[in-house]
Parts: sequence; C-alpha cells; structure tokens
Amino acid sequence: MTGNPSLHLWLIPLLPFLGFLLNGLLGRHLPKALVSTIALLFTAAPLALVAGIALRFSSLTLPYIERTAMPWIITSTATSTFRADFAFLLDPLTLVMLLVVTGVGFLIHIYSVSYMAHEEGYWRYFAYLNLFMFFMLTLVLAENFLLMFVGWEGVGLASYLLIGFYFLRESAASAGIKAFLLNRIGDFGFLLAMFLMIAHFGSLSYNRVFAAIAEHPQMQGGFLTAIALLLLLGATGKSAQIPLYVWLPDAMEGPTPVSALIHAATMVTAGVYMIVRSHTLFDRSPFALGVVAVIGAATALFAATVAMVQTDIKRVLAYSTISQLGYMFLACGAAAYSAAIFHLVTHAFFKGLLFLAAGAVIHSLGGQQDLRAMGGLRKTIPITFWTMSAGVFAIAGLPPFSGFFSKDAILYQTFLSPTAGPILWFVGLVTVLLTAFYMFRLWYLTFFAASRAEGGHEHPHESPWVMLVPLILLGVLSVGGGWIGIPSALGGSGHFAHFLDPVLAAPPSPSYEETRITMDEQGVARAAAASTPQAPARPAGNDNQERLFSVLSVIMALAGWFMADLLYRRKPGMAGQLAQRAGGAYELLVNKYWIDQLYNALIVVPLLFLTRYLLWGAVDSGIINGSGSAAAGTVRGLGALVQRVQSGNIRSYAGWLAIGAAALLLLTYFGFSMHV
Amino acid sequence: MTPLSGCLLVASMLFAVGLAGALTRRNAILVLVGIELMLNAANLNFVAFWRYGPHAGPVTGMVFVLFSIGVAAAEAAVGLALILAVYRHTKTTDLRQLIRRRQ
Repeated sequence: MTGNPSLHLWLIPLLPFLGFLLNGLLGRHLPKALVSTIALLFTAAPLALVAGIALRFSSLTLPYIERTAMPWIITSTATSTFRADFAFLLDPLTLVMLLVVTGVGFLIHIYSVSYMAHEEGYWRYFAYLNLFMFFMLTLVLAENFLLMFVGWEGVGLASYLLIGFYFLRESAASAGIKAFLLNRIGDFGFLLAMFLMIAHFGSLSYNRVFAAIAEHPQMQGGFLTAIALLLLLGATGKSAQIPLYVWLPDAMEGPTPVSALIHAATMVTAGVYMIVRSHTLFDRSPFALGVVAVIGAATALFAATVAMVQTDIKRVLAYSTISQLGYMFLACGAAAYSAAIFHLVTHAFFKGLLFLAAGAVIHSLGGQQDLRAMGGLRKTIPITFWTMSAGVFAIAGLPPFSGFFSKDAILYQTFLSPTAGPILWFVGLVTVLLTAFYMFRLWYLTFFAASRAEGGHEHPHESPWVMLVPLILLGVLSVGGGWIGIPSALGGSGHFAHFLDPVLAAPPSPSYEETRITMDEQGVARAAAASTPQAPARPAGNDNQERLFSVLSVIMALAGWFMADLLYRRKPGMAGQLAQRAGGAYELLVNKYWIDQLYNALIVVPLLFLTRYLLWGAVDSGIINGSGSAAAGTVRGLGALVQRVQSGNIRSYAGWLAIGAAALLLLTYFGFSMHV
Repeated sequence: MTPLSGCLLVASMLFAVGLAGALTRRNAILVLVGIELMLNAANLNFVAFWRYGPHAGPVTGMVFVLFSIGVAAAEAAVGLALILAVYRHTKTTDLRQLIRRRQ
C-alpha cells in the first residue's frame, strides 16, 4: 500500500536492551571503560537510527506501522477476535518523542560516565539506564495500548531500580518503594481503561480504537468519559500530578543524572504523551478534559508554592518539575495538545539541563545539596553558572528562551479553551510569577553573594568536560529549542504545531489504516465516510490579543525575578523576616501542606493497622495458621489414640483379628439376610 | 435344623472355644491346645461340607482332612519341641513372663 522502505523500528528499543543484557550479565567483571562504552554505544545507535529517520521523514508515507510477523495475543470468542501485536507506529508525535528520549538520554549517558565514575555498582547503574531507554522507547513507539503499557510498567521498574540505586540507604530504598506503589495506583486506572476499551471496541490498537470513535460521531461522554478519567488516573500516577504526585520529590534519592533523565525529561512526561496520543478519546469528553485542566492547573500552582521554600536544590527542581508537568496537563485539558508536546520538549531540555547543572554544583561542592550552604559559586564554576542560567531563564519564561514560547502557547490556548477558561489561565499566570521567583531564588542562593558554607567550601571546582559538554549542548537547546514553535503572532511560523497537525487534527482515515488489519474493513471505510469528530469548539484568537498575553506573562516573570532579586540579593535578611511574619503560611509551605503526613495518617497507618492486626493477626495467624495447626493437632490426637492398638502384643493382634472377622461375618450375615 | 447346620454349629463352638483358649491362656501348652481345637473345627467343617455338599461321591474332603491332621500333628510336634526348648532355657512356660523377660 505504501512505498516506505522498511525502517526497522524494532531495532530502536532493542539496541538499548542488548546493552542492558551485556552490562547486566557481564558488567560486574568488565572494566569501567568498557561498561560505559557499551552503554554509550547502545544508546548512540538508536539515536543515530532516529536521526536517520528524521532526516528522510518528509519522504515517508505516514503513519508508518511496523508489525512483527508473530502476533502477540490472539483470543477468539464466537463473535469477536481480540488481537494485540508487537506493532510499532511512526508518526510526527512519535518522532518528536523519539528525538527527545534518545537525544536527551544520550547526553545524560555521557554526563553519567563522569558523574558516576567513583560510585559502587557502576555497571549496575548503566545497565538500569539502558533498560530504562528500552522501555521508554517501547512506550513511545508502541502501536497499541497494551504494548504501551508494557513500556509504561517497564519504565516504572527502571525508575524504581534507579531511585533505590543507593539501596543501602534506607531513605532511598523506601523512596523507591513509594514511587512503585503510587504508580501501581495509576496503573490500576490504566488497566481498567484498557478493559473498557476491549469491552467496547474489541481492540487496543490505536487506529482501531480511534477509528471506532470516529465512526460514531454521536458517541459522547458516557463510557468515553470513564475511559478518559481512568487513563487520567494512570497519567497522574506516572506524571506526578495531584493526587499521586508525592513520590516524585522523594525520587530525588536517586543519582542526579537519573533525576534528570527519568524524573524530569522523559519518564514523567509519559502521562502527557499518553493523553495526547489518545486525544481522540479525550476530545469527546469535555468533562474529562475539564478535569485534566483543573488537575493540571492545581498541580502547577500547588507545586510552585511548595518549591518556593524548599532548601534542598534537588527538591526545588522536583517540585518545579511537578509544576511544569501541571502546565502540560493544563494544555491537554485545554485541548491544546501541540502546546503540551511543545512544552514537553522544551521542558525536557531545560529541566534536564537544570538537573545536570545542579548535579555539577553538588559535585563541585562534594555532595552538598542544601541551598543554605551554597552561594558565591558564580566565579568558581563559571561554565556551570552560565549553562544553568540558560535553564533558569528558560523555565522562568523570559523571551527569547525556549520556555517562553511553550508556556505562552499553553497560557493563551488555556484562555481560549471552553474546557479550561480564564480562571485556570489566571492560575497559570500566577504560577509563572511563582516559577520565576523560586528559580531565581535558587539561582541567587547558589551562585551569588558569599559562600555560606561552614568554614567555606573545600575548593569548589569546575566539573570535567565530559559533564560540561552535555550541559552546554542542553544549554544551547534550552535557549534555542523554542524557536521551532514561535507562533505567527510573534513573527514565527508555528512550525511545531503544523508538524504535529497530521496526528492531532486529522481523524483516523483509511490511509491511517496502513497494514494488514482485515477484520473490519467496512468499519474503517465507514469511519472515513463519517464526518470529522468535533473537538470542543474553540473561539479563534487574534494576533494582537496573543501579543498582549505574551507581554502579560513576561511582566509576571519579571516580577518574580524582581522579588527574588530583592529578597535574596539586595536585602538578604528580608526573606527570613518575611518567613517569620508569615508564620503559619510559611510552615504550611515548608511542610508541603502536610500532604505526606495526611496520606500517612489517612491511608498508610490504617492500612498498616489493618494488615498487622486484622490480616496478619486475625486472618493469617488466626485462621490460616490456626486451621493448619488444628488439623495437625487432630491428626496427632487420633494418632495417639490409635497408637495404643499397636501394642506389639501378638495375642492382642489376634484378638483384634478375631473381632474383625466376627464383625465381617455379622455384616455378611445381616447383609445377606437383608437382601434376601 | 439340617445335619449340615448342626455340624457347622458344633464346629463354630469348637472354634470359639479354641480361639478363647489361644487368646487368653497363659500357659504356652494350653495355647497350643487351643490352636489344635480351632484346627479341628476347620477339619470338622471340611468333612461336613464334603458329606452334605453336592459332590459327596469322591473322597476329596476326607483326603483333605487327613492331610490337615497329618500337618497338624507335625505342627504340634514342632510347637511342643519349641515350648520344651524354651522351658529348658527359662524354666517357665508362662507366656506373660516370657514377654516381660524379653522386654
């Protein structure tokens, strides 16, 4: 049907998996240089493949679907067949995700070579990192929800392993468990959503599900809302949104490059990707979109307020990540999917950069993570300073840095959207101010004024070039990465949004149905005939309005910068006074709204109580164990009774024999007489 | 009462007496006597079934019983010899004492 050459998409995830196998099985016995060579090679290879695909992307017929010859799951009933394949899908959205994952992933691998050089379990670290790449690439390449779920679970596993990398530290081990368990709650939603899809559409393949939806324009709300909300639950788990976000700050127990790769740039954006991927579904349920928007806006604001007062540099960045993910959800909720993906990309650049730079700062201070013990590093580590500044300006949303364009797109679209609206836009705008404030606070505390360390730093030193090169590359991307999506109102061409148009705007059509699905050709044909599904109508904005909004958000960002400047540079004592005056409010923020304690009291403690006393105490040791020992006791008692018969006295045996014979005789006699 | 059932009744009484003797007597010789009694009850059954059974012609039953008596005589000789040997060794034929000593 199409003249595409085979692209061998399956190689892209499989190569990192080979790297994982090599390092995982043999790495213990290999020298460090070889371990890192293997890891880098098997990450560079998929990057090269993806780059090759990107270069000839315009000549491909899209979407391109690749299936393995063997079906994965086939179950048939009398009326229907359910089938899931190892199938990979390539379209503009996948390509964007692939470029981000392999590109940022590769840079962070390079950085790790130096950052982890002196750590125990070097080979283990790189094996896990390659494993993560394998699952993440599977997730974005999958052509059906089931294969996506495999990747989804896999990245969760890799994340767990890497959070608990320093497993001898109890806090790291329990942070890993916390992340795993909270993700489990989300996965439960994802699973239920898949069951509903199987029940209603008989398939989990993207184009079959979406074609089925397109086929029935009258299908609105109802079970589609249920599926969308369940998918959203899955997304809140993976992407650390309210109410399941609490694992991400704790995930900072892992090595810093891991925080950069998994807990900032790639894995946590999987939820956003999933929602954008299934946008056809969300478009049909304004209610679900509204919920997505509210969750996104609430998370953005909430996490930004917490980030303002944290003192651990990585925790500030963690809450900032949650907040930025909130923006992406807000964009999804406003049905501005291209803006969400745009922000996902720029965020991957600048947040990856910020984490790596924070890692370099921590590295240069010999492991110090507390902002209160930093300061004055501008002169001693200039390259780190300049690259991190690029990240700070980008996340604060100042033009012409990348974050400005993506954040602006989100805010403007939010304002216009019927599912989000001006109130959520205002929340987003306030968050811009808070974002600028906490990022510049971090910036000032780290790099300006004099060192606040006890007795000064022990020779802070610039990181080696292996770490600086990824920083510089990401710095360049953080500055210029946004220029691919400059809207027409600001003199650009909105190239990024147009690039994604085929995925986000077009309904599934027969050309979308590329390969050998023959079960329901008619349904697909009908889908093409049916009218375009109506996304929630959006009033058209105009350029002047859009410019005004841009100016507004820049003013907010500058205001945030000004506040941080005032509090942390010009009048250093004022922050403390302010905190004292705010009293309760400050306490509330420092303790992160006591959410951890709340969850602990509401869920963990009752659950533990229930498990310990009811399940363990009563059910397990009482009923299950008890029934076991009761059975054993009965047998033992009976045995003791019967044991007496085995006296060893031959005459008593003979006596029993005689009694038995007599009994049999009687039985036979009476038995016969009864029958005769 | 048919002659057969009369014979069987006598045989079963004989058997019961023999069994009781074999199980309850302390003296080993009397236990042996009890066993002989049970054996003879069985012999009596043989003869009765042969005599009143459907094939009374050939002397099968009689031959059986003669064999049985012969074997019983041999067995009694062996049993008595054993008891004598035990008696020489332990100076008693009381089974209870013998068991107790063994323990």
